[in-house]
Amino acid sequence: MSSTGLTIAVPRGALFDDTLDWLERLGVPTGEVRTNDRKLLFEDVGLITMRPSDVPTYVAAGAADLGVTGKDVLMEQGDAAPNGSGRDVYELRDLGFGRCTMVVASVAGPDRAAEALRRLGVIRVATKYPRVAAAHFERTGRQVEIIEVKGSVELAPLTGLVEAIVDLTATGTTLRENNLVIRETLAVCTARLIANPVAHKLKAAAIDELLERSRAS
Amino acid sequence: MIFPIPSGTRDVLPDEMGELRTLTERLRAVFSKAGYGEVYTPALEYEGVITRGPLGGARPAYRVFDENGEVLVLRSDMTVPIARLVGSRYQASEPPLRFAYFAHCYRGVRPQRGQPREFLQAGIELVGAAAPGGTAEAVTVLCNALDAAGLMRYRVGIGDAALYPALMEALEVPHEQRPRLLSELGHGDFVGLENALAELSIDERSLELLLRVPQLRGGPDILHGPPGPVADAVAGLRSIHALLAADVAERVIFDLGLSRAPGYYTGAVFEVYDPAVGMPIGGGGRYDHLLGQFGRELPAVGFALEVEKLHQALAAEERLAEAVR
Repeated sequence: MSSTGLTIAVPRGALFDDTLDWLERLGVPTGEVRTNDRKLLFEDVGLITMRPSDVPTYVAAGAADLGVTGKDVLMEQGDAAPNGSGRDVYELRDLGFGRCTMVVASVAGPDRAAEALRRLGVIRVATKYPRVAAAHFERTGRQVEIIEVKGSVELAPLTGLVEAIVDLTATGTTLRENNLVIRETLAVCTARLIANPVAHKLKAAAIDELLERSRAS
Repeated sequence: MIFPIPSGTRDVLPDEMGELRTLTERLRAVFSKAGYGEVYTPALEYEGVITRGPLGGARPAYRVFDENGEVLVLRSDMTVPIARLVGSRYQASEPPLRFAYFAHCYRGVRPQRGQPREFLQAGIELVGAAAPGGTAEAVTVLCNALDAAGLMRYRVGIGDAALYPALMEALEVPHEQRPRLLSELGHGDFVGLENALAELSIDERSLELLLRVPQLRGGPDILHGPPGPVADAVAGLRSIHALLAADVAERVIFDLGLSRAPGYYTGAVFEVYDPAVGMPIGGGGRYDHLLGQFGRELPAVGFALEVEKLHQALAAEERLAEAVR
């Protein structure tokens, strides 16, 4: 059993280093996690590593008690379950790091999205966040056709596949390099500490102690 | 040739059915011994009847038209049908009334999450027994049922649906802001709650209470901490605790942030947790105004266990016991 008595899901990728630094400040040793990028399960320190978008899945199922993931992932995967069984995961703390914005962007110059909406009545939008994108355009009363892509979203408007994209950007560099400009900002996304609802009750003392150390650090 | 069935539904084959049957018989024996008579109500009900009360998360998801064009729904829980049954068939009966049920219920799912559309609920409703006595009886039957099922490591979390509204009232949170705070809390989004609170123009101490009180959970000692504004709800929880026998009381976790999805709960609410299953395996609470919607203004309390999840928890405990051996 780890020193915290908890299993924590750690996202590999952009949030990886900041998450490990945060854990280190809480007194969780992260040396082996940093050096061994093939191993996924570090039982002696209570850490498991995975893609950020898998973190809510593991936490919701109770395979991890806590997890760190981006608000973008939580927004896309939704909050309350429609079957009345309540929420999948609790969102305990805004960890502050990994700050990005969710934006609508299109090719620089006259906005092709606006033109498509005016003349064709619908904007084609490429994104890795189909639910977030659909909800945003629905809220703002615009018809869209959402095209879900898995890889570089920036490619889609450059090839004429779509008129606009919804994507996450940290510095805007990739957008600029691809001649895309930000047209709208949807949300600011940071890393969040999430908890399994059952673990939040049954391991209350351990979780609260960790939160307390996090506040102090 | 494979003929599919809808996602979230299952065929049950003899091995599993045998285990489920053993489990439900154990539960049935406990309910029966405690004086709860088993009832059954139709899976299909008139939509106009079943949606009389506030339903929250238990809103029916499946509708069909009958030959007269009436809208029928597949029941999403058994509490509302039993409220209807009491109003219609027990108009003059002397309370308290005790009912048990074993019935499949139907809810909508989000795709790819392994959520069931159809699931078996085993539960009781105790009608006409007010808090705290009725609540303590329901919690006791719940723990006896879980003990009889053979579940070792379960805990019952108890909170109060009226606690946070009372806190908001006492701290004079503007009415138009209250639904948002309740919604954030209901989703377990404490970051969202903190952000919503930051937008309110109330003093620092009130903010702290609104954020910290719903995160208090643990043994009965937490019921002595919280100050003034939530005193009534907390006193209610203390009086339930005082009525529980020692073996039941040691199963209980008090949780001042607990809120349950169906909108009809008015007082104490509870959920059943087991470390082997990542979600509650059952729950319930007080619904003192639901019966009034069906013509009998009686306080009531009940719980439902999700039999398939309970079965999963039992199987996980067996695996753990074997691993230790």
